[in-house]
Amino acid sequence: MGIRIALAGNPNCGKTTMFNDLTGANQYVGNWPGVTVEKKEGKYTRDKDVIITDLPGVYSLSPYSPEEIVTRDYLLEGGPDVVINLVDATNLERNLYLTTQVLDLGLPVVVALNMMDLVRKNGDKIDVAKLSKRLGCPVVETSALKGQGMDELIKTAVDAAKKKAAPTPDLRFVAEVEGPIKQISDLLGSRVPASTARWYAIKLLEGEQRTIDSLKLPAADLKTIDAAREAMENALDDDAESAITVARYDAIGDVVAETVKKSAKGLSLTQKIDRVVTNRVLGLPIFIVVMAFVYWLAISVGTGVVTDWANDGISGDGFLYTGGGAYEEAVGAWEEEVAAAEEAGASEDELAALAEEEPDPAEFGLWIPGLGAIIGDALESAQVADWMQSLVMDGIVAGVGAVIGFIPQMIILFLLLAFLEGCGYLARVAFIMDRIFRRFGLSGKSFIPMLVASGCGVPAVMATKTIENERDRRMTIMTTTMIPCGAKMPIIALVFGAIAGGNTEETWWIAPMFYFLGVIAIIISGIMLKKTKMFAGEASPFVMELPSYHLPTVKSILLSTWERIKSYVVKAGTIIFLSTIVIWLLMNFGDAGEGFGLLDQETELQYSLMAGLGNAIGWIFAPLGFGDWQATVTSITGLVAKENVVATVGILTSVGELGETDPDMWMAFATMFGGSAAAIMAFCAFNLLCAPCFAAIGTIRRQMESAKWTWFAIGYMTVFGWAVGLMFYQLGGLALGEVSFNVWTVVALAVLAGMLFQLFRPMPAVKKAGASEELEAGAGAAA
Amino acid sequence: MAESQERTLRDVRIGDTATVRRLKGEGALKRHIMDMGITKGTDVFVRKVAPLGDPIEVTVRGYELSLRKSEAESILVQ
Repeated sequence: MGIRIALAGNPNCGKTTMFNDLTGANQYVGNWPGVTVEKKEGKYTRDKDVIITDLPGVYSLSPYSPEEIVTRDYLLEGGPDVVINLVDATNLERNLYLTTQVLDLGLPVVVALNMMDLVRKNGDKIDVAKLSKRLGCPVVETSALKGQGMDELIKTAVDAAKKKAAPTPDLRFVAEVEGPIKQISDLLGSRVPASTARWYAIKLLEGEQRTIDSLKLPAADLKTIDAAREAMENALDDDAESAITVARYDAIGDVVAETVKKSAKGLSLTQKIDRVVTNRVLGLPIFIVVMAFVYWLAISVGTGVVTDWANDGISGDGFLYTGGGAYEEAVGAWEEEVAAAEEAGASEDELAALAEEEPDPAEFGLWIPGLGAIIGDALESAQVADWMQSLVMDGIVAGVGAVIGFIPQMIILFLLLAFLEGCGYLARVAFIMDRIFRRFGLSGKSFIPMLVASGCGVPAVMATKTIENERDRRMTIMTTTMIPCGAKMPIIALVFGAIAGGNTEETWWIAPMFYFLGVIAIIISGIMLKKTKMFAGEASPFVMELPSYHLPTVKSILLSTWERIKSYVVKAGTIIFLSTIVIWLLMNFGDAGEGFGLLDQETELQYSLMAGLGNAIGWIFAPLGFGDWQATVTSITGLVAKENVVATVGILTSVGELGETDPDMWMAFATMFGGSAAAIMAFCAFNLLCAPCFAAIGTIRRQMESAKWTWFAIGYMTVFGWAVGLMFYQLGGLALGEVSFNVWTVVALAVLAGMLFQLFRPMPAVKKAGASEELEAGAGAAA
Repeated sequence: MAESQERTLRDVRIGDTATVRRLKGEGALKRHIMDMGITKGTDVFVRKVAPLGDPIEVTVRGYELSLRKSEAESILVQ
């Protein structure tokens, strides 16, 4: 028979490190039902019969945050055989606050006194035997960081579980509080198990609605409890919740005074570091330097070098490790030769002969052909049917490539984030940036996802993981992809070229404008969304611990990175892969007059299922100035990857594979919109703000852990993008004289007025949504 | 005199210590502040203010805690 151990403790007490120590890579990571709180389980490395559940880090068992509710419900109903309560010995007073509540639950408890090495290093002393006596449960000294005391801890916990011994703490509260607790627990009698009587009595005395509802006591008993509460409140001149909290902390203060001997000393190491790092003057410059480093590593190196490398290798032609420069030169010379021959009016035969002369990268250095190229060659030599080749190459290989291509940059980002989080700097980021971000309903920690989003939305959405507050996290997920990512840059460049034409000097502002559009869209969305029902309720508090600085272990950093990558591949990967194949089917099949079948992408796209879809839903975009199927199809292919927009424009306008910087491409693109600058701007705004690419959508689904929230996020982005596009075309077009006043102008004005109203109206007074209610709603959505 | 009755943690100067007298308000925020160890009779040392002027950092029960000035306003001190 297996033994279930629950690992409980405050945030930042070393719980994750200990869990990793105990279970190794032998972990299952999921979610608690209905909430975005992570649930981790693992088997003890030395004994597979011992299952350890890592509970979320909480400071208390109050019923307010989803983490707290999940923890207390699991401890009350899930029935672990024993609880290991991990306690940061350097910060005993506040850590024991949770401990005393866990002791009330009547389950066997073992207290792990973690970071004892630091306590000794500081010259402090803790009388462990006395502490164990006062808490009425075994206390084991550990150092999760150094892996000390683990075996003894598990052995003690297993023994306690087998004995089923409830703790017997010597932690009496002041008489004014202890009296009513005794009275209520006598009243409860056998209606609750004797070992949990104290927990229920305290909750009833506090007047906690959740507990009152769950026990269904007769009215007479409730009246007695109310009277006891009132008497206590009068005696102490304080409300019940405060009186009990004070009594609890006082009892702990008594224990700490008796067991801890602090050596007198000045500032702690953390305080010294913070004197510089969050300094009034130096804080911001240091922050900028750290973030510049994060940006450089995650975006420039991660997205630029590593991802290109991975994409070339997996779905592209291959890698060239050495001799790259010489190869580039040879290709350049060859391209010039071809261009010159074309200009001179060379015949097709001559051009074909030239094409044969294309430099082979294998001659220039160490060349490893890409997986895509290998599979392509294999299929061709096996003379597989064309449609099959296309499915494998453009559908499956591209789909897998889309999933895997992000992994290298994610590894870099998560290593970085795990370090920043583990060492404690991330909390300081929130401390420094809170003032700016809380105005739009975001957290100071939203800064990092937004920064990363300027490179790629997928790791940005994954990075929201570090935001503890569920509401802030959801809001950040919903808005972060509005920042133009690397793949949206070609769209902006194309639009810039199409509008500016040759006149780049007067229209230089277009490119920066779309960047600011993203930032402004986030601000506006934040302010509007926080007043909606989905985000209603009290503003999320910012009463946050600034944890002591620690050097995280290599093992925890690697494990946390591994977990996040794994969950991205499994959960987001499936969605990305399937969507890519569906789009491939829609693009490649149709009836070009010869019966339903595979189409030539270069010439027959107008017959595809996708074109049919474009025609069918094109009317939606008519008020935005681009109601024809071409522009619609372009937007849809942008869902696969935003850079596809440029390629699709190339195919649709038959200019072929010109880049976004080619004047012919600009002309063709402008012609697609009848030369209307307003329509082009509306198209660009819509494509930048609407639903992100499938990769990002899949990641959003993974992070939201709820279909309802994912659809809400995607729906909001698309509607918002449409509304902004509408205003660009109708109001911008009116100002430019390209559009005449029509019924849609009125709609655009109404949308603008609506947005302004939502922006400037005061926070609506909404019925206080209890955390429990939210939890039920979330659970309903998940089911 | 009315002024001293309403003195909050926000009014405490950086580098000063104040003793908590009472917490205003109710619900999740009040409970969270108490759970973090700011209760009646606790000494709170105001260490610094963030580079942008808000939030503030205090030391309470031997650890560092940050809270917004608006939240500090709900903590009445002596």
